[in-house]
Amino acid sequence: MSAPASRSPYAPKGGGLLAETAASWLLAIFWILPLLYAVWTAFHPAEFSTRFAIDAPLTLDNFRRAWAAAPFARYFFNSVVLVALVFGGQVVLCTLAAYAFARHDFFGKGIAFALVLLQLMIMPDVLIVENYRTMSTLGILDSIPAIALPYIASAFGIFLLRQTFKSVPKELDDAARLEGANDLQVLLKVYVPLAKPIYVAYGLVSISYHWNNFLWPLIVTNSVESRPVTVGLQVFSSGDQGVDWAIISAATLMTSAPLLIAFLIFQRQFVQSFMRAGIR
Amino acid sequence: MIAPVKRLRIARQINGWLFLLPAIALLTLFTYWPAVKTLVESFYSTARPRRPAHFIGIEQYRQLIDDPVFWQALTNNAWYALISIPLATGLALLMAIWVNDRIPGRALARMAYFTPTVLPMIAVANIWLFFYTPQYGLLEQVVSLFGGPPHNWLGSSSSALIAVTIVAIWKEAGFFMIFYLAALQQISPSLAEAAALEGASRWHFFRRVQFPLLMPTTLFVLINAIINAFRTVDHIIVMTRGGPDNSTTLLLYYVYQVGFSFWDTGYAAALTMVLLALLAAISLVQYGWLDRRVHYR
Repeated sequence: MSAPASRSPYAPKGGGLLAETAASWLLAIFWILPLLYAVWTAFHPAEFSTRFAIDAPLTLDNFRRAWAAAPFARYFFNSVVLVALVFGGQVVLCTLAAYAFARHDFFGKGIAFALVLLQLMIMPDVLIVENYRTMSTLGILDSIPAIALPYIASAFGIFLLRQTFKSVPKELDDAARLEGANDLQVLLKVYVPLAKPIYVAYGLVSISYHWNNFLWPLIVTNSVESRPVTVGLQVFSSGDQGVDWAIISAATLMTSAPLLIAFLIFQRQFVQSFMRAGIR
Repeated sequence: MIAPVKRLRIARQINGWLFLLPAIALLTLFTYWPAVKTLVESFYSTARPRRPAHFIGIEQYRQLIDDPVFWQALTNNAWYALISIPLATGLALLMAIWVNDRIPGRALARMAYFTPTVLPMIAVANIWLFFYTPQYGLLEQVVSLFGGPPHNWLGSSSSALIAVTIVAIWKEAGFFMIFYLAALQQISPSLAEAAALEGASRWHFFRRVQFPLLMPTTLFVLINAIINAFRTVDHIIVMTRGGPDNSTTLLLYYVYQVGFSFWDTGYAAALTMVLLALLAAISLVQYGWLDRRVHYR
């Protein structure tokens, strides 16, 4: 990302460089401003929420009060279980399906693949009414599996892994088979290890998506025991908090903190994962 | 030797299906079946106590055509897409060009642009709700500093749609930036040298060389932006609940409202079909383009 390219003849110089630097900084400041505003409010006493003073005392009190006012510990636990369940399920199902598409010839393969790709278009995000009914029929409304199930068979994951498996040299596959490995062993010993970077990229994208997902969990959950943090935050901030922005800001930052901190530490991996997963 | 090879091939066939089975089962249960069921439900009335659902043909669709809120949701969604997509794409390109040049502090700028992407939309919505708050919000404070009149950005139907559209642009532009950045870095530096030898201006170089080479990225970004414009309504739920006077009701939000506030599932099914038809149309364009791209490779 920051590999020094040979200096382009169109690289800005002198006044142009100054203008471009100023403009990009201005946009960056504008871009980060709403977030900084929330950070300011969260870390200062409520009377400074909308008043800026250099000598405003810093405090963690808003975080303490937000944490105490709602079962955030439980919400965090639910979210962790949710993203683990979704990603764990996706890894198993998508790996197997991708292996089938990449290295097996079977009857109806073309049609099956087209059907899988159909999910890129008919997304679970849109089928909320019918999926709610299905969960109700299955008797699992208001549970973490109900949030996870529609997303586990991911067309995107299957497609991504299929592309990766296809690029594995056939000779490695043949060699493993000659040594007596069966179909499943070849997958686990040859393909999966070679696709490790793709699993990391897919993992970051999947975890970000499902940590942040809101509409479907909002619909399908109804109790503290199953709500992820996003829904918990909404219940909290639209509840009887009034307009105590200091506490709401603290809660908002708290729910975003795991991903935000991970992003700040592993910036490069995040950007590259999102890119790899996007371009496919 | 033929028989064992054949047996092996049959075994591979069976294995192929076995490996695929779990994924296909879940896809059927949570994607294909609900999609088909939605179509069927859209021809039935909504079941009420003591009045089970019965076949009513295209009645739901007739109601839909006469429903001013549906048309408003569709118009709102069109405006939302028409404004957010070009702005998010254009800003993404601008950001990418800036952080691609060797300006001081570009790593910080890139981080500032990309950060909204990793935040949950619901957190983003809360942050902007505060930003837009009448009297106290930062926006109001800045406006009043310059002597502007107070304005309730989310509370008046003339500005609410623009206000939520800006939130979408803010969330997305940094995400699209990384694709442009990757594409820019793949453009061979010798092209710039050749263009400079020919005496092309920087604008000319951008217009005639960089921009055309970025076209596949632009199409990819556009398709993603369009899909997002029709499937993300988290911020609507937090910021406006479709109001005031339905001025921020987007299509998926209306489906949510009809399905889970009014519990009119038959009508919600008809609305969902419209949304699915729109997404299908977008995908057809996408696959048409993808096919072409594969041919030219």
